[in-house]
Parts: sequence; C-alpha cells; structure tokens
Amino acid sequence: MTASTNPVPAAQPPLSAPLEVGFDYTRSLGPVLGRFVDGLRERRIEGARGSDGRVHVPPVEYDPVTARPLTEFVPVAEVGTVVSWSWIAEPLAGQPLARPFAWALIRLDGADTAMLHAIDVPGPEHLRTGMRVRVRWAAEPVGHIRDIACFVPEDTRHEPGPLPAPPPVAERADGEPVGTVITPIHLRYQHSASPEESRYLRALEQGRLLGQRCPECRKVYIPPRGACPTDGVPTTEEVELPDTGIVTTFCIVNVPFLGQRIKPPYVAAYILLDGADIAFLHLVLGCAAEEVRMGMRVRAAWKPREQWWTTLENIEYFEPTGEPDAAYESFAHHL
Amino acid sequence: MNEVAVVGFAQGHNVRRSEGTTNGVEMLVPLLAEVFEQTSLSKEDIGFWCSGSSDYLAGRAFSFIAAVDALGAFPPIHESHVEMDAAWALYEAWLKIRTGEVDTALVYGFGKSSAGQLRRVLALQLDPYLVAPLWPDSISIAGIQARMGIEAGLWSEREMAEVAARSLADARENPLAQRSGAEDAATLLERPMFADPLRKHDIAPVTDGAAVLVLAAADRAAELADRPAVITGIEHRVDSPTLGARELTRSPSTEAAGAAAGGDGVQLAELHAPFTHQEIILRNALGLGENVRVNPSGGVLAGNPMFAAGLARIGEAAGQILLGNADRVLAHATSGPALQQNLVAVLEGRD
Repeated sequence: MTASTNPVPAAQPPLSAPLEVGFDYTRSLGPVLGRFVDGLRERRIEGARGSDGRVHVPPVEYDPVTARPLTEFVPVAEVGTVVSWSWIAEPLAGQPLARPFAWALIRLDGADTAMLHAIDVPGPEHLRTGMRVRVRWAAEPVGHIRDIACFVPEDTRHEPGPLPAPPPVAERADGEPVGTVITPIHLRYQHSASPEESRYLRALEQGRLLGQRCPECRKVYIPPRGACPTDGVPTTEEVELPDTGIVTTFCIVNVPFLGQRIKPPYVAAYILLDGADIAFLHLVLGCAAEEVRMGMRVRAAWKPREQWWTTLENIEYFEPTGEPDAAYESFAHHL
Repeated sequence: MNEVAVVGFAQGHNVRRSEGTTNGVEMLVPLLAEVFEQTSLSKEDIGFWCSGSSDYLAGRAFSFIAAVDALGAFPPIHESHVEMDAAWALYEAWLKIRTGEVDTALVYGFGKSSAGQLRRVLALQLDPYLVAPLWPDSISIAGIQARMGIEAGLWSEREMAEVAARSLADARENPLAQRSGAEDAATLLERPMFADPLRKHDIAPVTDGAAVLVLAAADRAAELADRPAVITGIEHRVDSPTLGARELTRSPSTEAAGAAAGGDGVQLAELHAPFTHQEIILRNALGLGENVRVNPSGGVLAGNPMFAAGLARIGEAAGQILLGNADRVLAHATSGPALQQNLVAVLEGRD
C-alpha cells in the first residue's frame, strides 16, 4: 500500500456555502378544502357548519367536537372584524406583502372562528382590535388561499401598492373544479461541512485524496467522518490515499432519468481505494459496462488541473488498470 | 411496570451561531462523553437510543441519520427518532423502559437554528393548505397571542417584561446561557417594539445547541446516580392546529397534561416558554403558585436550541434533584405554533 500518514496541521475554519432548497409542494384538496378554494376563485367565501352550529372559516374537514366529516357549507361575508394582530416591520420572503403590514386573526361576518391573514395599512397606529376590514382580492384568482391577497380597512376606497404574483396552478381541464393546489417552498441555509470534511474537500482542490484514521479502531475513512461510526470519536490522523483501488460492487444503469449526464448504459460502482476501509460511489468508464466486475482494479481519470475545485467531481471517472483482479476474500468485509 | 428515572444530563453551550454541521455531531460527541462519565455507563450499556431534531432546520433530508455517527453505532443499535423536540423522544424512551423492553436509554436533541431563517422555517409547522402558503412566521403568531391576553387584561407588557428581567437575571448563574442581564422591567419597557406588541426581550433568541439525557429503570438507576430523579408522571397533549379556533390565551393541552402528570406540590418548574407571555399562560395552566420557583436556569429566553430546549427543561429540572437542591419538580416542553403541543413531566427524588 502506498498510503502515507501525517499529523493534522493547524485548523482552518470549516468550509461553508449558501444552500437553497426549493420544492413545489402539490397537494390534493378533497371535498371541503376543494370547495373552499373553488369559491375563492369566484371571489366568494364559504365556511363549514359544525355539529354545535358554529361556522368554521376557513372550513375544517372534520368537526372539532365529534370528529365527523363536515358537509354543510355556509356562505360568509368578505368583511369582518379584527380579533387580534401583530405588526411585521420587515416582511419575510413569501409573505403576502413586501411592505410592512399586520398579521391578524379576522372573524368574517357570518363566521364563528377567525382566519389568519395579512392587513395592508401603513403602520401599526392604523390598527386596532375590533376594527372592520374587507378582503382585497388578487387580480386573477386561481383557486388558492392567496386569492385573498390581503385585507384592507373596510372604508379603504383605493387599493394602493403592488401585489405578489399568483401561485402556480396545477393543470386541469377548463371549467373543472380545483382539485390540487401548488405551494412553492423555498428556504435558504448556510451549509457547513465538518472540520474533517473541510480538510478532505480542500485537499481535493489540490488533486489529493485525503482520508482520516479513527484513533480507536484504526479504520481509514474517505471522506473522513465527523465521528467514527464504530467508536463515536472524531477521526484525527490524516492519511493520503492513492488514486487506485478496486470495484467492490457495482450496478449497470440502464434507466434514463431527469438530469442524467451520461448516456446509459454505464456503471456506477463502489470504489475502495488502496489503504481505505470504506468505499465511495463513483463511475467506472473506459471499458464496456458488461466487462466491469467485483474486484476489478481501477485508477482515477482526473479532469484537467485547471478545472479542479473542492469536489470529488475532479475525478471524472475510474477506469480499469488492467492489473489482475483482487481476490474476493480481500474485500469481502468491505461490502 | 418499571418506574423510570433520569440519571444523567448534559447540554452544550447555547450560542447564537456555531461553526458546526447541521447534523450536530461536533456538539454531541463531547456531551455523550459527559453523560457516560456521570453515569459510569458506556455505549454498550445503552438499551435504546432516541433523538429529536428536524430536517427543515437542517435543510436536508434524513439529517438525523448522520448524527448517529456520534453514537458509535456499531455493532448495530436499537435507535429511533422523532421530528419534534427531544422531550418527545424522551417520552418514547420512557415507554420502552416502562414496558420492560430495556432498562437504560439515552435521549438526545440537537438543532442548528442559525443555518436557516428560523422564524420562516417554523412557518412550515402550520397547516399546509391555507396557512403555511402565507408564510406567517413564529414571532408574528406569538404576537397575535400576546395581544389577545394584553387586551383581555390577562397580562400586561410590564408583566411580560418582568418575566424577561427575572429570566435574564437567573441566567447570570448559568454558564451555558446564551444571554443574561441585570436590567429591570422598567428599563426593558423603554426598548422599541420589534413585532408589536413584542419587544426583543419577549422573544427567545435564535440558538444553536444540543442536549443529552440518560434514563434508567428505577432499580438500575440506584446504581448509576446517588439520587436519581424518578419520573412520577409524564403526559403530552395537543390543541387544534387551527389557530383561529383555539383559545390562544389559555393552553388547554398543558392544563390536561399537567393534571394527568400530577404536578401538585412541586418546588420548582422548568417551563418551555419561547415568549414571555407564554410563561404566564403556562403558569396558569399548571396552577403553579407564587411559591414555585420558575426557570432557575433562565429558561429558553436565555437560550432556545430548537429540538433540544424541551429536553433540556427536563434535564435542568431533574438536575435540581440529582444535585439534591429539590425533592419534587415539574418540567414542561412545547412544540408547534403558539404552544400547540405540550408535554409535562413531574420528577421526584427518593432518598
């Protein structure tokens, strides 16, 4: 084995980068919520009457008292009374208004429960509990809670200020009821790698494959672990590994999928570098897919040096070295 | 059935921002070592492991799986996770011991709230059809709740500031607290509104942190701690997810959980109240008299590591028994918007 061992030099701060996570949640509505958003599309609001006679707005699907499905719909007004409120001086992404506004619980005339929504007024001094407000409808209702763009004081004659774009609409035949709502969810994070992962990623930028050894079980992990999964202690001792190893196990990808960058068939394989105790997933190219086998010796095919950065993608794929295969017994305990 | 006791507890420094990963490994490794030293247990002795954390807080799927590395989970262990505060993980572990399946359990919670924008992330706990698509943030919802009580005469801005002043003063004795202070309520009330009717002192800070707690069956507990904190009652209840249909100035689920857990005669209580007015709601719901010391640790107004803070309340309360400072204590944990879900535990020292 050509693995060499070095003490870990002084720590640099862990690598960290912005991460944006986004997904359009698509939800089926069912008969109660479906009817409610269908009404919004036509600029009317309906609640559901509970077993105790109370009218719930927005409607609830099941009675809070008896847990029975609710089926009696009751039209309510688009004006109502502020039950309580709070002021948001710096609106957050995705909220109904991009200028300072109030969040409020509003009880619409004809309803017994209050709904949460936004009120558009210039400042908190324009608000009080008990004040009367009315719906400001979106310019183009689509069948979504955001068809209610916000509320405004009842006596507001003009409707100043722009409104956000309507939410996306699920495909449906013209004239069909709304069966599905789409809600885009986007969140921003600052993602941090562990100190061990950061050392590994910085080494990759220099074309080096850096593992770390657990001080207790002596196993070498690449990428190194924040803690050894056997012993629960951080890996510490640095080990530089060669770019040669073996295929422990593999699969031939025949199925096309969204975002695929190589034309099938191709081989995704677990590569166990010489001197490492854990395999990682990579590609095996440079031979026909059916020639790949367990125990096959492979070597990294690196991208041109000027394309290297802090990623294992610096290795484009692994390719056969032509050396004799490793005996099964030599890697059986790494499967 | 087996009685269950807390025999060890450790928590990390409450900090505004940590350099660590969202899987908590860096923070958990030393805390695990700390509870093993307290109890003389090793990882091989633990019968069941359970954690509380959130993928939405971490910004990635199955983030709790990576945290398992911190446990040294080989050979394979008996492990579970809840996507809630780890106080609910403790409940699951308590059940495992009650049923006699295991006689020790280790419970942990962790959260790196600073990785995302916490009050926006928490909007995703709301009804996904008609509420979450508006992105109402956790502070605004608490503000609506606070105003209802103020305008109904149930509490005042001054009483809210007094909760903050007392919590921050108590936190001066807590070396792990994120913030502490010596200002009185009158000084705090001079500060500007942050989210009218809430000022910054009314709101628990954004905190990164973790907590680890060890449970044992009572007969085993006597070997592991000089004075185990026996859980004599533990209950959790939930209120409606529909904010407009709830009695927001009360906490019926805390009342029910407290009554079922049997909180009479406690000397002190650790309450999980991320907003000042919520401490007042909880005190009323639990019927805690003036003689009950509340949050000697400073509570979550001094540091609120999401998904660990509720477990830490149980650990802090149990710690008072383990150290011999109290004989009968109450701990409370909350999860969800405006005190939606609540857990109450009552613990007792047995000499």
